[in-house]
Amino acid sequence: MSLVKLTIDGNKVEVPAGTTIYKAAKQMDIDIPILCYMDLKDLNIENKPGGCRICSVEVEGRRNLAPSCSTDVTEGMVVKTNTMRVINARRTVMELILSDHPKDCLSCAKSGNCDLQDMAVKLGIREIPGQEYAEMSTYRLDTSPSIIRDLDKCIMCRRCETMCNDFQTVGALHAVNRGFNAVVAPAFEMNLEHSPCTYCGQCVAVCPTGALTEVDHTAKVIRALNDPTKTVVVQTAPAVRAALGEEFGMEPGTRVTGQMVTALKQLGFDYVFDTDFAADLTIMEEGTELLGRLKKHLEGDENVKLPILTSCCPGWVNFFEYNFPDLKDVPSTARSPQQMFGAIAKTYFADKIKVDRKDMVVISIMPCLAKKYECQREEFSVDGNPDVDFSISTRELAHLIKQANMDLNKLKEDEFDAPLGESSGAAVIFGATGGVIEAATRTAYELHTGKTLDKIDFKQLRGMEGIRSATVDFDGLDINIGIAHGLGNARKLLDEVRAGKSKYHAIEVMACPGGCIGGGGQPLHHGDASILQARIKAIYDEDEGKTIRKSHENPYIVKLYDEFLGEPLSEKAHELLHTHYFDKRKKIFQV
Amino acid sequence: MSKYSMHLLVCGGTGCKSQESDIIAEKLKNELLKQGLEETVQVIMTGCFGFCEKGPILKVMPDNTFYTQVKPEDAEEIVEEHVIKGRRVERLLYTDPETEAHVEDSKHMGFYKKQLRIALRNCGVIDPEIIDEYIARDGYSALGEVLANQTPEETIELMKASGLRGRGGAGFPAGLKWDFARKNEADQKYVVCNADEGDPGAFMDRSILEGDPHSVLEAMAIVGRCIGADMGYIYIRAEYPLAIARLKTAIGQARKYGLLGKDILGSDFNFDVDLKYGAGAFVCGEETALIHSMEGERGEPSLKPPFPAESGYMGKPTNVNNVETLANVPVIILKGAEWFSSIGTDTSKGTKVFALAGKINNVGLIEVPMGTTLREVIFEIGGGIKDGKKFKAVQTGGPSGGCLTEKHLDMPISYENLVANGSMMGSGGMIVLDEDDCMVSIAKFYLEFTVEESCGKCAPCRIGNKRLLELLERICEGKGEESDLVRLRNLGEVIKDTSLCGLGQSSPNPVLSTMDNFYDEYLAHVVDKKCPSGVCTDLLEYFIVEENCIGCTACARACPVGCISGERKEPHLINPDTCIKCGACMEKCKFDAVILK
Amino acid sequence: MSKIKSLADLKKIRDEKVSGLQSRERGEDAENLVQVKVAMATCGIASGAKETMEFIAEALEKRGVDAVVTQVGCMGYCYAEPTIEVKLPGSESVVFGGVNIEKADEIIEKYIKGGELVDGIIPVNYETID
Repeated sequence: MSLVKLTIDGNKVEVPAGTTIYKAAKQMDIDIPILCYMDLKDLNIENKPGGCRICSVEVEGRRNLAPSCSTDVTEGMVVKTNTMRVINARRTVMELILSDHPKDCLSCAKSGNCDLQDMAVKLGIREIPGQEYAEMSTYRLDTSPSIIRDLDKCIMCRRCETMCNDFQTVGALHAVNRGFNAVVAPAFEMNLEHSPCTYCGQCVAVCPTGALTEVDHTAKVIRALNDPTKTVVVQTAPAVRAALGEEFGMEPGTRVTGQMVTALKQLGFDYVFDTDFAADLTIMEEGTELLGRLKKHLEGDENVKLPILTSCCPGWVNFFEYNFPDLKDVPSTARSPQQMFGAIAKTYFADKIKVDRKDMVVISIMPCLAKKYECQREEFSVDGNPDVDFSISTRELAHLIKQANMDLNKLKEDEFDAPLGESSGAAVIFGATGGVIEAATRTAYELHTGKTLDKIDFKQLRGMEGIRSATVDFDGLDINIGIAHGLGNARKLLDEVRAGKSKYHAIEVMACPGGCIGGGGQPLHHGDASILQARIKAIYDEDEGKTIRKSHENPYIVKLYDEFLGEPLSEKAHELLHTHYFDKRKKIFQV
Repeated sequence: MSKYSMHLLVCGGTGCKSQESDIIAEKLKNELLKQGLEETVQVIMTGCFGFCEKGPILKVMPDNTFYTQVKPEDAEEIVEEHVIKGRRVERLLYTDPETEAHVEDSKHMGFYKKQLRIALRNCGVIDPEIIDEYIARDGYSALGEVLANQTPEETIELMKASGLRGRGGAGFPAGLKWDFARKNEADQKYVVCNADEGDPGAFMDRSILEGDPHSVLEAMAIVGRCIGADMGYIYIRAEYPLAIARLKTAIGQARKYGLLGKDILGSDFNFDVDLKYGAGAFVCGEETALIHSMEGERGEPSLKPPFPAESGYMGKPTNVNNVETLANVPVIILKGAEWFSSIGTDTSKGTKVFALAGKINNVGLIEVPMGTTLREVIFEIGGGIKDGKKFKAVQTGGPSGGCLTEKHLDMPISYENLVANGSMMGSGGMIVLDEDDCMVSIAKFYLEFTVEESCGKCAPCRIGNKRLLELLERICEGKGEESDLVRLRNLGEVIKDTSLCGLGQSSPNPVLSTMDNFYDEYLAHVVDKKCPSGVCTDLLEYFIVEENCIGCTACARACPVGCISGERKEPHLINPDTCIKCGACMEKCKFDAVILK
Repeated sequence: MSKIKSLADLKKIRDEKVSGLQSRERGEDAENLVQVKVAMATCGIASGAKETMEFIAEALEKRGVDAVVTQVGCMGYCYAEPTIEVKLPGSESVVFGGVNIEKADEIIEKYIKGGELVDGIIPVNYETID
């Protein structure tokens, strides 16, 4: 690659051709402010609409200012990032953006975690000229089961649109209207509920302002905890422990499992359990289902559907139900770990402690916003009583802990309660892309071959590539495994399945980049994809540290089957742990 | 058949009439009557010749003699000499300023070259729905020539040498643009005709498509041949149903003749054209926005590079030219680059079509060689200002352009000159303003348009223009402060400096150029709270004209706030500080003593 | 209408058309006919050019005037729509503006039939390249 020489703020630099001014400056530690621009390097996601114009710089010989995020360097270019002209333009544009933004920062969900607020601080904005007579663009508030859209706060950075369309290929959000009334919304400005939205929450994960936020259930949690008639059970998803620390200033990738358990106990939960337990259960059911289908397939049964698709990601299930309803019988029927946990908690466990399910509240802590929707699905309730009462995100848990005057940094470690707190390393890795299928492989291999694995780590299944494939030798039988994270990648694999051209026996799909660790309910990464890598590492570290690393070896799982379920895919298991899918195309756009 | 052997055409335009052209006509008639010629020679008043500078004008038909600066006392001599003896009155003939010779036949007058119709050559001449009429005027010969006798490189060189620049706004050299598209290798390329004419008041593209659709089709095929494309699209706004209908007819006819389709004119060149409809968004005139719209995406611009010549429609190299640009192409091929480049200025070649509108006598579509001055356009072709009012400014370039004033009148029109003086060529809107126009209101008018038409993608254009408009509204309502003018300028400059596409980069031009040239008017609005042209109603005040007021007290009795004072039978006075401008006094006054100014 | 196979074919069609061969084949002789062109662009039609054109065509036929009435594009005189151009055999063409039905009637009666010019003439002030 050829190199280009240029001068930025008086200093010479040499960068590869095709580098943008912004990136060239960054190399020289010149931090040109950016607002709409977002570069998630490892995920190949770049949002570069050139819309906010905050990153404008002066380029000698150019008539107008250049957006540094999207202007490539040229040989001999002379760039100035901090002249009077640039500073004035940047401030003026920022004042304009703020002039059309509500000033309720103090009570905004994003307060203290808002890119726009930070930028206002960085640029030293002290007043907004003419605010008293400036009209503001206003829009209807839209509340869905998972996501709240308060578009008065939208600054048209289009990051959500990039995630929703380019990365996820969901197509729920687009720029609509023109000029001052331009905003990002579902088609015809319908509610999100009537759009193809999967509630994956990636729009929320990248929104720089309070325009897109999660539905906040923290008040409900506090109410439940303070209700003496209720037994409150909490389950925490594997990805939460790998990210919660960030909300308390810890380095990304710090594992806080023990401190989190302490915090939950101090918050007053009656039982602090682990969704990982249900993840092990998922492997038992899904793994058995896979082996069953595989066996029939090998026996020449042409009705058997392969590949089997994982079904633990609710965003993925929503996507599937809308985009591929014709393939309804392809995914595993296994419920997600969250829902398996709820079903077991309100039957097996409730019986054990002799509490009526109506007096039990099951709360899940999830890295995910689609889980809020999933637990509201009708099929996951008994006589109107949901298996999981509600789900809160990692961010909401952090708020709860802070409200209860605790600092995670200062808490001692504690252990999950028994019996639904025990889990294997296989369950922990559910939080990272490739983890579910690796966990399934560990169990399926041993169940299928009757042999013990020498090497538990299937490193070929790990990584950040959007689509990965690997072949695992099941003692002479080659099992082809596909992995996709990001719904756009999943769509590619599903198109192959639909066309009958898929070579895979099993495919794992996670809606979010990096898997659950990159979920829409996680601490905001603010465009820094290296945070996702750190979280993944934390997940695999926890797995390695576990003594039990295969789901079928979890003693409490064995016990659960012995005492209650019988065996995987038993009638009881079917009733409590499996589900069916719907054609959602009809539901969309019907108000 | 005709009983008249001769016609005397006297100009009845405003300019000539004010110099007694109607008396000239009267006198001519009398003289003819005296000579008993009233049955064989007819005197008739006509519309404006547009040559008001040398009026009054008298034209004699059928010999095409063109008399200038005729006076009533010349009538006798004209009848005696010209009508009876058949001898032209030499002293009244137009003198060519260059050759200093008298011009006898008006067809040889340079004046008629003030307007030279190249792009509009067939408009108003041929039936646009009959391809043979186009062919009769050398239609499709240029395409034939290119296919038979030129390589694409030669044609591109010819276009480069001709100096033809884009007529849609920015003025990019057409040949160069084709060259870029040609040099980008691809399995598929496209030619796009930008017929998304969006400037308020500009309609030359529509007129060309309606009057001469084949010229555009022919040019597109030529571009296709040059860049290596076999498919062309015309992106046309759906609000142009007649243009669409005529284009469809033309495409059908061209296909039947094999002038579109496979192996055109016996060559191995294939080219076809189809229509794509736009919903009439101004921003879709910007080529990247236009291409997105064609693809079914949101009509908003994207950053260049990549230019359409690299990655355009469907990601393929695409050449986008405007209708008027294309209409010039076949003529240039046939008449040569040298001919075309001999017309115009050093950097702006050929002619430009303008839609002349506003406070001007001859509102219309005109085509003048580049280098023509604004004065010639307004006062000679346009016939001057309506109702004898005073010229104030001319707005060129539509919402992206600016206002030019008296001091710019002798400036030759060229891309560079217009930009250097705070305006631009744009697509050729030209709106003439007179003393009754308020420049702040004019700026506000254009801002209303751009605020409406901004796509909303970039912050300075989306929010900035809205704020500019709000400031202008306040100023027009009398709520403006002097500091608002500082903000107005800063905001305008930042919007120009930071906006993503040409729309935002030029939308503050009407504000900035009126501020440059009419700062007094802005000051009058914010400091004195007065609108000097009397346009901004919020700034008008009720006055009692002393001479008309008889002191009947009717107004004072009607005034709900008691702000009118005065003794009975004495002139009354309105206190402007307490007046709420309800107008009750004006309604009650029977003597026209209450006025608004 | 058959396909034109070469530049030479194209030129042949042009020459026929220019020399009036085509119209003569149809039994007409354009040079000896009254020719009326009506500006029929959107703006002209909006001002009533369609009605004017229909009236002229019908009236000329009824009144026994051999004429060719054709539609053409914009002549540029927005201030004087509808505009028509009339060419009498052997004369220069004359453009009339503001031609409503009444005016058209007057033009037919006075100018076309009697050669007498009527008010509303628009002096053509441009040169068109050939």
